[in-house]
Amino acid sequence: MSQLAYLAPSTPEAAAKALAAAGARPMSGGTDLLVQLRAGRISPDVIVDLKQVAGAVGVREEAGGFVIGASTSSAVLGEHKALVAAWPGVIEAANLIGSTQVQGRASLAGNLCNASPAADSVPAMVAARAVCVVVGPDGRREVPVEAIATAPGKTSLTPGEFVLEIRLPPRPARSSDAYLRLIPRTEMDIAVVGAGVNLTLDAAGVITQAHVALGAVAPTVLLVAEAGAALVGHKLDADTLARLDAAARAACRPISDKRGTVEYRTKIAGVLAQRAATIAYQRAGGQA
Amino acid sequence: MSKLHVSTVVNGDPVEFLSDPGTTLLDALRDELNLTGSKEGCGSGDCGACSVIVDGRLVCSCLMLAAEAEGKRVETIEGLAQGGRLHPLQQKFLEHAALQCGFCTPGLLMASKALLDANPDPTETEARYWLAGNLCRCTGYDKVIRAVMDAAADLRQARVS
Repeated sequence: MSQLAYLAPSTPEAAAKALAAAGARPMSGGTDLLVQLRAGRISPDVIVDLKQVAGAVGVREEAGGFVIGASTSSAVLGEHKALVAAWPGVIEAANLIGSTQVQGRASLAGNLCNASPAADSVPAMVAARAVCVVVGPDGRREVPVEAIATAPGKTSLTPGEFVLEIRLPPRPARSSDAYLRLIPRTEMDIAVVGAGVNLTLDAAGVITQAHVALGAVAPTVLLVAEAGAALVGHKLDADTLARLDAAARAACRPISDKRGTVEYRTKIAGVLAQRAATIAYQRAGGQA
Repeated sequence: MSKLHVSTVVNGDPVEFLSDPGTTLLDALRDELNLTGSKEGCGSGDCGACSVIVDGRLVCSCLMLAAEAEGKRVETIEGLAQGGRLHPLQQKFLEHAALQCGFCTPGLLMASKALLDANPDPTETEARYWLAGNLCRCTGYDKVIRAVMDAAADLRQARVS
């Protein structure tokens, strides 16, 4: 058995240095990491706890948007009234992860960097056009959320890099978002399909910006540009919803597994995209 | 393997112990501090038998390293009864027979306490969702929910009078 060490650095620079060492693994809430450690799927030499790093925990409003410390627990996010009001889809997605106990620990960075295609918060963040502030030995860079995961369990982060913050952009008037997932029960399960939709409307209820992201229908979460384009310039009428459905289904390239077949996941992706779009549209003030 | 020195507060008492870096809070509570009320059911955050409250937040102690408890306040089942008097939740669990084997009970009680600390007047639906991460394989959940709702009503009454 290798010698395991635990570090809790307080600065981003110290965290990047610690993480650059061979065998180092980052930890935010630990709800995935400690399960993998116990199961013997990973055997790190060092666990680098990021929660003491300045800026890694907490939420602040800045330049009209929100800066979320990437290791902030989902429970804390769900209690932030202004954040919930501005980004109800992102927060409802984060709050779907696991139990009350898991909510007390689970973070957006952990959900993102665990790189599961079924991660609930990721489609909502991708639809929100969220940007990660990535810190590493060579400094900081900003990366769109959808560029972090490259394959199941794999990320584009280089040795020493970690996600310090997640930034949500300023919100135009008449904007909102929604996230829905399908699971075979009411709680505590992993998405068969997830769909995040983020919309901005004009005063007449015509959609002027739309972003649609799908989870668990490909090796990574998909930002479906065609699905967003199907909405822009329209109210959310039956024809528009039908085009959204078709675009969402066309983007799917899922696997068949115990949670669902290719055909089922593809069908459900279209259904959830339509339902999430309807919720986001109503939240943004549109009359369906 | 070098041990870490951890200073924390458990049920109001300052405690110190030595921990291997990979040791969970659950194992430290049970094996270092001899607080064996918190149980290990699954060890992967699915069953809630190890639930404790850390700085006011309900967590699975199996999904937290003992080293992370440094400087924190930890509440466990051993601190629930005060001065030999059962907490109203414990009393109501007994009255409603909300347990059989009892293995899940410490976790259910701590989760229920965290619920009532955050929301003194939960609906039954809110209580059921809050407790969805606490699995019971013999009693089922109806008696547990009845006990929690009854304890909540008693605690609200006590607060008024």
